[in-house]
Amino acid sequence: MAETKPKPKLNKKAVEMRKQEPKVRARNFNEVALGYTEEEALEEASRCLQCPKPQCITGCPVEVPIPAFIKCIREKKYAEGISAIKSKNALPAVCGRVCPQESQCQAKCVIGKMGEPVSVGRLERFLADWECDHGFQLPPKAPPTGKKVAVIGAGPAGLTVAADLAKRGHEVTEFEALHLGGGVLSYGIPEFRLPKAIVQNEVNYVQNLGVDLRLGNLIGRTHTIPELMKEGGYDAVFIGSGAGLPQFTGCPGENLGGIYSANEFLIRVNLMKAFAFPDYDTPLRLGKHVVVIGGGNVAMDCARCSMRLGAEVCLVYRRSRDELPARHEEIENAEEEGLVCKFLAAPLEFYGDERGWVKSMKCICMELTEPDAKGRRGVKIIPGSEFTMDVDTVIIAIGQTPNPIIQRTTEGLQSDPRHGTICVNEVGKTSLDGVYAGGDVATGAATVISAMGAGKRAAQAMHDYLANKK
Amino acid sequence: MAHKETLFEVEAPDIAAKAQPGQFLIVVPHAKGERVPLTISSYNAKKGTVSFAFHEVGKTTKELGCFNEGDCLLNVTGPLGNPSEVKKFGNVLCVGGSIMIAPLLLQVKALKEAGNKVVTVLGARTKDFMIMEKEAKAMSDRVYVATDDGSYGNKGLDFLKDLLKKEKFDRCVVMGPVVMMRDVSEITKPFGIPTIVTLTPIMIDGMGMCGVCRVTVGGKMQFGCVDGPEFDGHQTNFEELVLRQRTMLPEERLGSLLWETSGGCVCGRNKA
Repeated sequence: MAETKPKPKLNKKAVEMRKQEPKVRARNFNEVALGYTEEEALEEASRCLQCPKPQCITGCPVEVPIPAFIKCIREKKYAEGISAIKSKNALPAVCGRVCPQESQCQAKCVIGKMGEPVSVGRLERFLADWECDHGFQLPPKAPPTGKKVAVIGAGPAGLTVAADLAKRGHEVTEFEALHLGGGVLSYGIPEFRLPKAIVQNEVNYVQNLGVDLRLGNLIGRTHTIPELMKEGGYDAVFIGSGAGLPQFTGCPGENLGGIYSANEFLIRVNLMKAFAFPDYDTPLRLGKHVVVIGGGNVAMDCARCSMRLGAEVCLVYRRSRDELPARHEEIENAEEEGLVCKFLAAPLEFYGDERGWVKSMKCICMELTEPDAKGRRGVKIIPGSEFTMDVDTVIIAIGQTPNPIIQRTTEGLQSDPRHGTICVNEVGKTSLDGVYAGGDVATGAATVISAMGAGKRAAQAMHDYLANKK
Repeated sequence: MAHKETLFEVEAPDIAAKAQPGQFLIVVPHAKGERVPLTISSYNAKKGTVSFAFHEVGKTTKELGCFNEGDCLLNVTGPLGNPSEVKKFGNVLCVGGSIMIAPLLLQVKALKEAGNKVVTVLGARTKDFMIMEKEAKAMSDRVYVATDDGSYGNKGLDFLKDLLKKEKFDRCVVMGPVVMMRDVSEITKPFGIPTIVTLTPIMIDGMGMCGVCRVTVGGKMQFGCVDGPEFDGHQTNFEELVLRQRTMLPEERLGSLLWETSGGCVCGRNKA
């Protein structure tokens, strides 16, 4: 007679992660989500079914062995768990916090069909934070290959490539244009979503793998790619310079004082710590009535920073709530903190006072059109629906495109003339031999993890290229 | 240099090897500091050094003024921006004002080496603020000086109108305060002399990321850092630039005041 195993009781509800109270957190820059305790992590880990054919891994752009690390948590083998993650992902403390798990690994989780999926991201963060508290372990490194690699940009894509290639024994130099590593993790994502101490830990980890990080080195100006390859003796180059060029609306009055690009606003607040002015030297002038134009994660970050700095914030977005491209969780967080949204509206003109400071803006109402072939709904103007709002600060968060400096200074490097992105094949190879690219510079603005996925693929391709190179 | 004008020479071999006239640096003094754009006033690839000059006017520049020889800056990035166009134009009028005289002379030297005849005009608020006259005389074909109050040389820049009536210039290069660049551009316009101004809007990253340095030139939005810093003076919207430069003035004053009242730097040179 066949023995029947007792079926594990399936808990359909995930263990919630504690957060700072909305009213409290809306006035500080401390991290919003507080992380799991060990008990909470063990309970959540127990929900994983340890599927023989795990679907979650297929949803992860860098293929983290998710069931394996969750098994380690259950067995309290935390050091083993973090090594399992780091075999594929050099930045787990970052990914556990800012990955859109709901549309990746967790979207594929089998339990998700019956209840809430296993909280992969929260568990990843638990292990990463455990490692931070207990000291970082360095993985084994392959013997030196004698090959030199230049990585441009120390953001998610660049750090991934640098870590992967250093582990494989290549000599890696990473060139970062800003005075701090981390790229968008440092200048873009705010402290309350991703504490900068954590970013610095991840950057240090990559440096401890043997990567030579050179800050304040703008490729295209300080050195060019052809110079790196000819005079610098680099055998291969990876471009991960991101999407740093801000887009503007083109509306009249856009150069008035008090109108910031999202990049300027976030660089002041996050990289330069203007929220701590005058302890830090970089100032930020923010009024009482802030309008953020746009609806992506960057717009949410700008809105939430502004509220923390004491402003009332209205988000102006030209489509409706359902089309907001920001993560669902971020929209909810922002609304709990007091964000007001004005949907189906777009700016037409900005008006200033006698000192050249913005005082009001004219908008027009929009309506949605039928979905196009890709299923995305367009918008059209409703004639005669103009209205005016009083504002004293405007933040324009309508997207970023790649910075053109590298494209302009690298002969033969093909890029898309319309979007400014560098043209690459599926593994990140560009039109130049030995030159690879990935992340936002190749795709246009996207997520941290998709940039890391691109870095992963490019690192493999570069490793193969270097192995065959005489 | 007089009146808290300070010249820094920093060791930065990578930058020194690439620097050209017209380019600038972003300097971060320390971990809590600002990113300050400063125009390169000289470079020496052999020694591996670049120099820049500044007036001690705000908190950061006063603080920089307290640095001693041998001290380290947190970071220097560069060379940023597009280099000046240096070739044989013919007769070139170079006008420099205030601290920007230092980088102007770098261009004067390059223009001379390219075979131009160069007439240099140095402007300052008063006689006491005049700098680098000797250096200018050594490298230019002719030098005029002017002060706002007439305490030295010509009073104001109106004398340029007479000069332009008498002498034909093929190009004019202006580096100085915004109002000076605006005034010179207005003077040269009726004479049809191509006039190049070096704009110094507020910047943060200095490499095209933040867009705070946006200026309107020929009706189009341009970024001072990556499209400039040199632009056509006859096409530049100076009025807008003046307003944009003033947007953070109250905060800048507050920062400077707080720093001074809290004792300034340890060396005590900038104590209130």
